[in-house]
Amino acid sequence: MYGYIIRRLLATIPVMVVVGLVVFLLLHLTPGDPAAVIAGDYASPEDVERIREKLGLDRPIHVQFFTWAGAVLQGDLGTSIFSNLPVTHLIGQRLEPTIALSVSTMIFAILLAVPMGIIAAWKAGALTDRAIMAFAVLGFSVPVFVIGYVLMYVFALKLGWFPVQGYKPISEGFWPFLSSIALPTVALGLVYTALIARITRASVLEVLTEDYIRTAKSKGLNNAGLLLRHALRNAAVPIVTIIGIGLTLLIGGVVVTESVFNIPGLGRLTIDAVLRRDYPVIQGVILVFSGVYVFVNLLIDLTYTVLDPRIRY
Amino acid sequence: MSTIDLTASSPPPRIAARAMDYARRHPTVVAGAAVLFVMALIAIFAPLIANDPMKLTPINRLKPPGEQYWFGTDFLGREVFARTIYGARVSLIVGGAVALVSVAIGLVIGLVAGYVRWIDAIVMRIMDGIMAIPGVLLAIALIAVAGASLMNVIIAITIPEIPRVVRLVRSVVLSIREQPYVEAAVSVGSPLPKILFKHILPNTIAPLIVQATFVCASAVVIEAILSFLGAGTPPEIPSWGNIMAEGRTYFQVAPWILFFPGLLLAITVLAVNILGDGLRDSLDPRIARRM
Repeated sequence: MYGYIIRRLLATIPVMVVVGLVVFLLLHLTPGDPAAVIAGDYASPEDVERIREKLGLDRPIHVQFFTWAGAVLQGDLGTSIFSNLPVTHLIGQRLEPTIALSVSTMIFAILLAVPMGIIAAWKAGALTDRAIMAFAVLGFSVPVFVIGYVLMYVFALKLGWFPVQGYKPISEGFWPFLSSIALPTVALGLVYTALIARITRASVLEVLTEDYIRTAKSKGLNNAGLLLRHALRNAAVPIVTIIGIGLTLLIGGVVVTESVFNIPGLGRLTIDAVLRRDYPVIQGVILVFSGVYVFVNLLIDLTYTVLDPRIRY
Repeated sequence: MSTIDLTASSPPPRIAARAMDYARRHPTVVAGAAVLFVMALIAIFAPLIANDPMKLTPINRLKPPGEQYWFGTDFLGREVFARTIYGARVSLIVGGAVALVSVAIGLVIGLVAGYVRWIDAIVMRIMDGIMAIPGVLLAIALIAVAGASLMNVIIAITIPEIPRVVRLVRSVVLSIREQPYVEAAVSVGSPLPKILFKHILPNTIAPLIVQATFVCASAVVIEAILSFLGAGTPPEIPSWGNIMAEGRTYFQVAPWILFFPGLLLAITVLAVNILGDGLRDSLDPRIARRM
């Protein structure tokens, strides 16, 4: 067990090294001079030279990588070219809305998807099942910004139930906060809901064919007890796994949703950085998001032994 | 005499009957393929269906949908209908190209990684690393560095899709390589490329066709997202994402600029997804577990 935890912890190192290499090489993969790319189309040769020196681009590439990686490991993600502020500072400023939106989306999606998946599996083949699965395919197909604008049009512009755009921090009161992230949460949550509902249905359906389910039925256990105590518990591992894997979808969606609903989070920071060619910020945000993905999936792998005592390493 | 007649006339109806039977059992495959076929016709014959998508008629700015302008006009008086029709071209080209290229590259990497142990360890660590980076972000960053062009959009969307194909191919190879007929091929001294391409490759085709449809759907969505965020297809090309991006500012007064391209985008992605779901069920029920 402890051996497994240590092996799993060590396995994240090569993944993060590859992430670091990809993020670092982003700038160097382009044909041409990275300093000129950063400086943009209207820069003078002096500007290019200044940037080259400032970022250390005049040194050999492996030296640059180890200098950069060393700084990242100490929590230094570099300095924004545009605002001259530390990247960690910029990310810190934008963290709250993104965390709020991601967490509310996860809660929304799991609360909606798991019951939907269980009901679909229980009523497999019936109209309810087909309706839920049709919803899942639809939720998976309609892009988040299309759903976002439809929701905004109906519930904000026409009905006026929610603010059209913008974000209210939780410090300005819980209800204004909740109402500002309600529509973004639903828009972003549908893809995730569809994904989790499909896996829940599939894994519950598989468990329902097991012998112990028949035994539980024959001893007269009611449906709720059967589904929740026996089926869901045994189907938990694939469901939790897909929640972790789906995190990349969620992160990609956050960037778009923040842009649609004008929420000043990490996604907006990324898009602004892309439009301004502020590469240290782009690199920093990708590193942070990838780090979160790796960390959450690590936690999920470690919970397997708790969720399913049969798993021993 | 009558028996000869029977054999001569029966094959055509039998094929038709089998096709009908297949359509009855897998209606989603037929529905998805039909919608995509229509969408492809629209894209190919766009100049015959619609007027010039670039033509400015400033006097008719922001006209709502009606008899003259089916989908209304945008803030420069361009026809949203014409622009949306032309937008199908970008989405289908990107979807098709990304699916083909990522499957081709992923297939070769996956075959080699699944069969050659020491390459496997290295390649799979690299794939795990790329998969840890959210695909949309990686694509945005690649385009930010490489510059906006249709070619770069295709490359930037392909790179994050490759690891998923590699993993699928590798998982098939790992189960096939232990089969007796592969061992037999090895024992008679078949060269490695022959074993990989003649004996193992055919087993990967069915799951790859299904995977290709899902990659295609994902590529169409990501292209639209990138264009919508201003980091994708160059803004002068009317793609669904670009039309929607331009319509954002006028959303409250002219929602149709966003609505119609969004609708076609959703219909296209839905068609590809239900085609993929249907193919997965009809080609081989066992591969459903692997996806």
